Amino acid sequence: MLSRDGKKILRGVNLEIGDQEIHSIIGANGAGKSTLAYTLMGLQGYEQDEGSLIFNGEDITKLSITERAKKGITLAWQEPARFEGLKVRDYLAIGAKGNGGVTEEELKEALRKVDLKPEKYLDREVGEALSGGERKRIELASIITMKPKLAILDEPDSGIDVVSLKEIVNLIQTFKENGASVLVITHRKEIAAASDKASLMCEGVILRSGDPLEISEFFKNRCIPCDSRVSPPKAA
Amino acid sequence: MSQITLNTLSSEIKDMDAAYSVAGGDAAVLHDHELASLVISGNKVLNANGVEGIVLETQGTKNGVDVKLTIKKGCKIPLPVHLCFGLIPKDGLQEIKMNFVAEEDSAVELVAHCTFPNAVKIIHSMEAQMHVGKNASLKYTETHFHGPYGGAQVIPRAKVKIEEGGSYYNNFSLVSGRVGALEFDYDVDAEKNSICEMVTKVYGKKDDKIKILEKVALNGENARSVIKSRLAITENAESEFRGITEGHAPKARGHVDCLEVIQGDAKAEAIPIIRVDNPLAKVTHEAAIGCVDKKEVETLMARGLEEDEAIDIIVKGMLA
Repeated sequence: MLSRDGKKILRGVNLEIGDQEIHSIIGANGAGKSTLAYTLMGLQGYEQDEGSLIFNGEDITKLSITERAKKGITLAWQEPARFEGLKVRDYLAIGAKGNGGVTEEELKEALRKVDLKPEKYLDREVGEALSGGERKRIELASIITMKPKLAILDEPDSGIDVVSLKEIVNLIQTFKENGASVLVITHRKEIAAASDKASLMCEGVILRSGDPLEISEFFKNRCIPCDSRVSPPKAA
Repeated sequence: MSQITLNTLSSEIKDMDAAYSVAGGDAAVLHDHELASLVISGNKVLNANGVEGIVLETQGTKNGVDVKLTIKKGCKIPLPVHLCFGLIPKDGLQEIKMNFVAEEDSAVELVAHCTFPNAVKIIHSMEAQMHVGKNASLKYTETHFHGPYGGAQVIPRAKVKIEEGGSYYNNFSLVSGRVGALEFDYDVDAEKNSICEMVTKVYGKKDDKIKILEKVALNGENARSVIKSRLAITENAESEFRGITEGHAPKARGHVDCLEVIQGDAKAEAIPIIRVDNPLAKVTHEAAIGCVDKKEVETLMARGLEEDEAIDIIVKGMLA
């Protein structure tokens, strides 16, 4: 459980992600999806009040962000940081430090996997007037070089055009093939469809988990928007 | 004034070479006869080498050297001109007076390193006049190294005039070692269709004191300028930034951008001042002082870095 100002933000979240499983979290805006991602990563201000977090059989509830990252957990933000002055090649190499470093070819390959030309981007700065979509791809590339065991991706498709959606799906599949589990927060049916399992989240609660298409359809057709539950629409 | 075109050997050259390298330069360029260069230690000219298109004149004074460097009309110098100013002893005074002239249609890049590696009680002042002629381009990069003791008082002052269509780029950097006390004061007059870009990057530690004053007057139509300052201060360091841009002519465009990161008990003040007296001119500003961006720190921690390592990388990136 996670509370803020006396209000329970996450309540009774029971979630199990299997080895090399792609697990989608679906839900309306404000459902608590990003909060769940931040709590799993252990970000400041998102420390849980109750419950435990078990990773590969080890209780990591009290571990810091760095300690969790060293165990193989990482997070890609919905809105990536800007990093003024930091070269793309240096950013991509940071995550690989714990795995004995990265070769030039691995850096280039990571950029190719997110559909960016290495010769154009490798020596540019992360914050150097790159678009949100480009920074998003670079952040995903930094996760590729890290080779995590659990990648938490907060809306990896946001800011990326529809044409590239297939590449994002392929990338998520690549994480899995490389041995990682993936927790992906998404509004996209295409990404949910590529998952092994999905969970529907509403007002800080996991309402149900199961087949991704079923969960996706349920959310689309039967789930009452959280906003209207709090304050029903006014009669015309 | 005497014009020097041949190298003058001195026993101090080795020391200055070492100091130049510590400041981030490649000492080999100071001995390459294909490159223009000037090395001044205290009030001695150790090396002065001109190339075609450049007239380099120096004159020693009681506490320093007067330098006049002229780029002749229409000459575009293909390789940077390397300048090295410094003092090797722990204490001393160095007064440099510089007169840079880039004549009409000329272009040059000046790369200066100012190095005081052992400074315990040193004063270095630079009074510069820079004149960028019509359609000329002057790029001036100045990198400082003041050693680990915080005993340098450095006062760079410049009055710059950019004629019609001219371009002036200034890049000042003091990010390694201690600052000591810095009083930076540049004043630029920009005429029609000219461009002025000034960037300062300084990292203050312990009880360093940093004062930066940069002023650009956009006097001519379509003159454009950017003042960009990146400061990081930590422990008990103090910084004071004033960035002034005045728009006096139609279509003049200026921007002042100051970003400061503070840690520990450091104190920072940033005042961007914009003045416009022509309705067709536009000048904007932005200034931010704060701790290192939390999301940037947490992103790097989520890649496995400790918090201190993450902050170090972010600050170094900002000052790169």
